[in-house]
Amino acid sequence: MSVVHSAPKFASNDGVIETLSSALGSAILSAQGQHGEVLLTVQRDTIVDTLRALRDDHDYQQMMEIAGVDFPERAERFEVVYMLLSLTKNHRIMVKLSTDEATPVPSITGLWPNAGWLEREVFDLYGVLFAGNNDLRRILTDYGFEGHPFRKDFPLTGYTELRYSEEEKRVVYEPVELAQDLRQFDFLSPWEGGDYVLPGDEKADGPPDVDKPKVTEGPKDTGAGPKAEKKAAEDTPADPPAMDEPGKKEDDK
Amino acid sequence: MSVQLEESPTTDGEVISNYTINFGPQHPAAHGVLRMVMELDGEIIERVDPHVGLLHRGTEKLIEHKTYLQALPYFDRLDYCSPLCQEHSYVLAIEKLLNLEVPERAQYLRVLFAELTRISNHMLNMGAHVLDVGAFTPNLWIMDLREDCMNFFERASGARMHSAWFRPGGVHQDVPEKLLVDIGEWLDNRFFQLFDDAMSLVIDNRIFKQRNVDIAVVSRDDAVAWGFSGPMIRAAGIPWDLRKSQPYDVYDRMDFDIPVGTNSDCYDRFMVRVAEIRQSARIIKQCLAEMPQGPIASEDGKVSPPKRGEMKQSMESLIHHFKLYTEGFHVPAGEVYVATESPKGEFGVYLVSDGTNKPYRCKIRPTAFSHLQAMDMMCKGHMLPDATAILGAIDVVFGECDR
Repeated sequence: MSVVHSAPKFASNDGVIETLSSALGSAILSAQGQHGEVLLTVQRDTIVDTLRALRDDHDYQQMMEIAGVDFPERAERFEVVYMLLSLTKNHRIMVKLSTDEATPVPSITGLWPNAGWLEREVFDLYGVLFAGNNDLRRILTDYGFEGHPFRKDFPLTGYTELRYSEEEKRVVYEPVELAQDLRQFDFLSPWEGGDYVLPGDEKADGPPDVDKPKVTEGPKDTGAGPKAEKKAAEDTPADPPAMDEPGKKEDDK
Repeated sequence: MSVQLEESPTTDGEVISNYTINFGPQHPAAHGVLRMVMELDGEIIERVDPHVGLLHRGTEKLIEHKTYLQALPYFDRLDYCSPLCQEHSYVLAIEKLLNLEVPERAQYLRVLFAELTRISNHMLNMGAHVLDVGAFTPNLWIMDLREDCMNFFERASGARMHSAWFRPGGVHQDVPEKLLVDIGEWLDNRFFQLFDDAMSLVIDNRIFKQRNVDIAVVSRDDAVAWGFSGPMIRAAGIPWDLRKSQPYDVYDRMDFDIPVGTNSDCYDRFMVRVAEIRQSARIIKQCLAEMPQGPIASEDGKVSPPKRGEMKQSMESLIHHFKLYTEGFHVPAGEVYVATESPKGEFGVYLVSDGTNKPYRCKIRPTAFSHLQAMDMMCKGHMLPDATAILGAIDVVFGECDR
């Protein structure tokens, strides 16, 4: 597929995966190149050695970002993604690993000092632990916040809200009370793969019998016949229905 | 650490120990809501612990609950000093996943307005920086120029700050020809007269130099290791500019230079921004000269909405319009990290799509996170008033840092 978009163009990905796969060996679980990005999935325990090799032997000098992603349906539900940038080769790669709530990820603060805050952020928002980061405090959420808000099972509205209390002359925390329910509209087309029952479908006995074609050969297939004709003749009003006179109240009738 | 001041007549042999102060969160030089817990030895800074997150709004979580188009205006509200440059990263990330072609005129318009945003951002930052170190007048003068930029944004998009004007596939609306003419005239007849006037008060000013030269010197190796980008890494003497090295839109056709510093101090960071503004003006002039006529949004009806007039006539367009503004468009599954050169440095968007109409995860890489994290390293051993100069030279905005 030819590239027609105008997103940032960096050095070619050709041969990068092969070079890195052979250099890093068994540490790499899988390597893929899609959408013009090189993405390496590595074993969790080897992350420090892998990133050190990428920094020192393969010239990825800068670590720009660490992102957490939550996939609650997986056994190891969290992904931690490291974005590396090579200033000399003008190239970017992403390195990712997966973990769960309890298993710590080795910290890379020894390789890049700016990993400290980025790991704190992933810990704060997802609850991923980083072994070796000696300053693993919360960073973005409130002092004394409980829970990890970016997990997919954490509600968008949260659990507590703040207001200034005139009586107590200070800010107080209270459970969230919504004046109106949070509305989440589902705009996905039901006929393009929605996996839920459409309203009304629950009344049907089952899927329609599509193998048996519907025909209208006899009167019983269409409902036509003397009974229907009689019913049609009996309640045809001769005059149009009487209209209410304007200005007259209902009780005057 | 404590200091015994035995000879001091004022302390009577008392032991003076270090003390800790709160810088912020309500402090005019904190550029927003930054709380820095500082450990001081007299007026010398021993340790700085910046507490960020006081402006955390959970933007990334909110984006997960919106369609791709509905999520766009959140980017204006991140770094509210340079809104269009934040949108730029996001729309390019979507276009990269969709592999969507953007018409030439739209690419030129985006580059033009991204550079105009850079000028307006630097106007605010430089004004605030000189204000922080004690000069009042230049800020008033260059704020006037920022106001001019705001008027241009308003004439293009209808909004002064939160434009939401870059869209996946192009821009929202075409600009009137008169606006392009006015931007050119503004650069020729007004901008540089006022800007040079204001800078003549600052750049050779003795007090300004005393407050900035040799403050917070960061070596090249440190700048790379701490993940610096933008003017912060260029001031350290590394000619790294994503517009040049990883060009997007029509930046590869633009002829401009990358200014670098020699000393890597706060003064160099300021001067890199001054030089960048001149380069931005060059880029804007080239855009104005070369901009072709043509469509301003992708022709793909599945991504960009039809024109209003068309919608009134054609059933097909009406369906497209309805579907785009209710369901939105679907983005193929995959993940990309797209970073552009925002005025403050590398602003990146890591977008994970699961193939539906909403992003599965949208991680925003703020420029300030790396820079602010180095505050401790940069402030150590400096005087307390230097902290404001260092903070001003970082160019930090908390809407973006805290998200």
